[in-house]
Amino acid sequence: MLSVKDFQVAFKTRKGEVNAVKGISFELARGERLGIVGESGSGKSVTSYALMRILDANGRIKAGDAVYSGIDLRRAAERDMRDLRGREISMIFQNPRAALNPIRKVGHQIEDVLRQHARATRQDARKKAIEALEAVKIHDAEARYDAYPFELSGGMCQRVVCAIALACDPKLMIMDEPTTGLDITTQKAVMDLVDGLVKARGMSSILITHDLGLASEYCDRIVVMKDGRIVEEGAPTALLGTPQHAYTRKLVDATPRRGVAIRQLLPAEDRRPLAPHEIKDTPLIEVKDLIKTYQGKSGPVQAVKGISFTIREGQSVGLVGESGCGKSTTSSMLVRLFDPTSGQILFRGADLAQMPAADFARSPLRGKIQMVFQDATDSLNPRHTARQSIAEPLKRMTDLRGAAQAARVEELASLTGLPAHLLDRFPHQLSGGQKARVGIARAIATDPDFLILDEPTAALDVSIQAVVLNLLADLRARLGMSYLFVSHDLNVVRLLCDHVIVMKGGEIVDSGPVEQVMDAPAHPYTRELLSAAPQAPIPAPAA
Amino acid sequence: MPARLKAVSVRLAQAVPVIFGVIVISFLLTRALPGDPAVQFAGPAATAESIEEVRRALGLDKSLPEQFLLYLGQLARGDLGQSVSTGQPVLSELAARLPASLELTLFALILSCAVAIPLGVLAATRPGSLVDQLCRILVTAGVSLPTFFTGVVLIYVFYYLLGIAPSPLGRLDFIYLDPPHVTGFFLIDAALDGDAETWFAALKQLILPGLTLALFTLAPIARMTRAAMLSALSADYIRTARAAGLDRNKILYGYAFRNALLPVVTTLGMVFSFTLGANVLVEKVFAWPGIGSYAVEALVVSDYAAVQGFVLAMALLFVLLNLVIDLAYSAIDPRFGTSAR
Repeated sequence: MLSVKDFQVAFKTRKGEVNAVKGISFELARGERLGIVGESGSGKSVTSYALMRILDANGRIKAGDAVYSGIDLRRAAERDMRDLRGREISMIFQNPRAALNPIRKVGHQIEDVLRQHARATRQDARKKAIEALEAVKIHDAEARYDAYPFELSGGMCQRVVCAIALACDPKLMIMDEPTTGLDITTQKAVMDLVDGLVKARGMSSILITHDLGLASEYCDRIVVMKDGRIVEEGAPTALLGTPQHAYTRKLVDATPRRGVAIRQLLPAEDRRPLAPHEIKDTPLIEVKDLIKTYQGKSGPVQAVKGISFTIREGQSVGLVGESGCGKSTTSSMLVRLFDPTSGQILFRGADLAQMPAADFARSPLRGKIQMVFQDATDSLNPRHTARQSIAEPLKRMTDLRGAAQAARVEELASLTGLPAHLLDRFPHQLSGGQKARVGIARAIATDPDFLILDEPTAALDVSIQAVVLNLLADLRARLGMSYLFVSHDLNVVRLLCDHVIVMKGGEIVDSGPVEQVMDAPAHPYTRELLSAAPQAPIPAPAA
Repeated sequence: MPARLKAVSVRLAQAVPVIFGVIVISFLLTRALPGDPAVQFAGPAATAESIEEVRRALGLDKSLPEQFLLYLGQLARGDLGQSVSTGQPVLSELAARLPASLELTLFALILSCAVAIPLGVLAATRPGSLVDQLCRILVTAGVSLPTFFTGVVLIYVFYYLLGIAPSPLGRLDFIYLDPPHVTGFFLIDAALDGDAETWFAALKQLILPGLTLALFTLAPIARMTRAAMLSALSADYIRTARAAGLDRNKILYGYAFRNALLPVVTTLGMVFSFTLGANVLVEKVFAWPGIGSYAVEALVVSDYAAVQGFVLAMALLFVLLNLVIDLAYSAIDPRFGTSAR
């Protein structure tokens, strides 16, 4: 049905032509579900845009052929391509909220596609748009027709994007990281829905993702891309079970999954023994009846409904839950950026909640509680070099100046594995993993006892994530810090944490030692979360 | 809809303290200006007694709070006082001159939007092309040429050299009579009157000063349209629309342009307000009987009532303008007035 041969895509940039896709070939049969897996920069998304001929103006198909049901996708006239898009080949994207026109009713956006491909007339467009919404299982489709994207949740927006893509019964569905930014349960719901429709309608699909687990669950065949080339392809079980190519091996190893230790994510040659971290019996943080109430439009909204837990010295606690469960609010209160409405936050017995968040910046305890942020790029000042960013907390909270300060910055860089020659670079000159290191170095600059990690690896590729997680584990053992690890990825939490807290709707629904909560989940919600996480069929490595 | 209605009425309520502030500040500022109006109006041959007499007549012998209270009382009755220099009530003079300024500004803005917005859209859809270069040149020229200069050049070329423009003396050549007063806008009044000859005469007078102002306002509008269009075109939803096979016009105008309109409307509001204040130079060059020249003349002779009346009129106009912009916003953007915005 789709045959791609020696396909090459190039972009014109200021530094000359850059080859994003360097000659790939693959076939897709009718009804087949293909997965394209690779890390950022591998050219997997570019391939799909090129097939749809929706590359940016500076990109072009340089060489090779792509034939879809007898149509030459490279040479077809733009008019014919337009006819093809949405009617024969459809696409859904990551970040569904941004993928919808913010100021047009979702119903009208579906109608636009239906009308474009002559699938509806002015008279029956509304009815057909509502049918399309019903097809993606949106409740009360009639009412949702008039909604704007900002009135819908992320998962709901992705359903609308699916409705647009599926409205004209295409034969091929291309999904470009369709679940990035969605919760793990929403991810499962959306993927199950699309996969069900693809199967029911006898369509083919291409799933582009960085997540091996997701690809193996929803694809019949996987191709692995690296630097614009396909390095390996095969059926999921075979490919993941016995990867042939070194890169596939590395990717498979780095995928967090049940039954592996944190060191086993790294390539075999980097697996130095992990120093154990010591958990003391003395509590470091005690949270008691913590409540946070926001003033909402229709009355007060309780984001955190009186939660209590204890983090002991040296202990790492995972805080998991879906978006809106209150985990971010809780971590913001713990790091003293928000004021709780009521309750206590005892840090070594002293109640931090008594001090307003605005004054906490001047407290000597500020340096003892630090945070690593989710987006390594956005949380660094783009006009500060790595050195300046790391030195910032030293300037504000310590007496180190001059040579002593410079020495401390270099010590921090070597602690976090950041090569010293990168210290004078700006964030845009650093890779994702290097920026993550800068963020961590900044957080540990003041020798904190308690570090809040807010999804620190969510934006990173799996192989980089493996390295950063190991770095965090090393630092914990070396500096004796306690962690509160906020995440929605249970597989990652399992690797790093001793204890886990599950939140839902502002309350703690489940908590306990990691092995107990995750291997023998007692609470139905924990079970639901665990089953929603895709498990890559990777055999546990021999230790 | 109720959310929007609420947002609009909140804006209106917010304007009340602003207007009161404007009243206080304009009152104090006019008093703080150097120069004694009593001396000014008593004339060069005045004696100390006659100056005192003028001072009493103007009410300037009273204390500031007393003067302010009297002024507030006047305002409450809708009386803006009398201009000392012209002897006319300020209200009636503003009423006669404001339409002249508004007509000029609106004409110029419509003209400049008609050029700038299509130009910005074209430049954004073909970055680096000839249209884009042309846009860049026009924008640069527009900001770098001061209005009094463009005005004089236009008069020199079209009136003096080519002789195709009428003499740059006011709103209507002296051989025509003013159209019957309905709105004060000559173009509208003449059209209502069915008087084609006067209409064309008024238009001819309007073209040169309109062009001068339009050239000046072109730059920010064209630049903002181009930037807004570029950012809208690179948005994710445009990619979705392309992937769904929508045709080029639908994507450009139905999706990108409507989203790009938001910043353009904001810019338009800003441009309108600064033009209204800044067109005094154009009014001077073209002997246009607008409120800008009125205010400057009043300021020079410390004509308190006239200056205060002008500032107040402008403040009210700005409040109205902001309301119109908010309404335009709420028509374009469904998020207006909700927490998403």
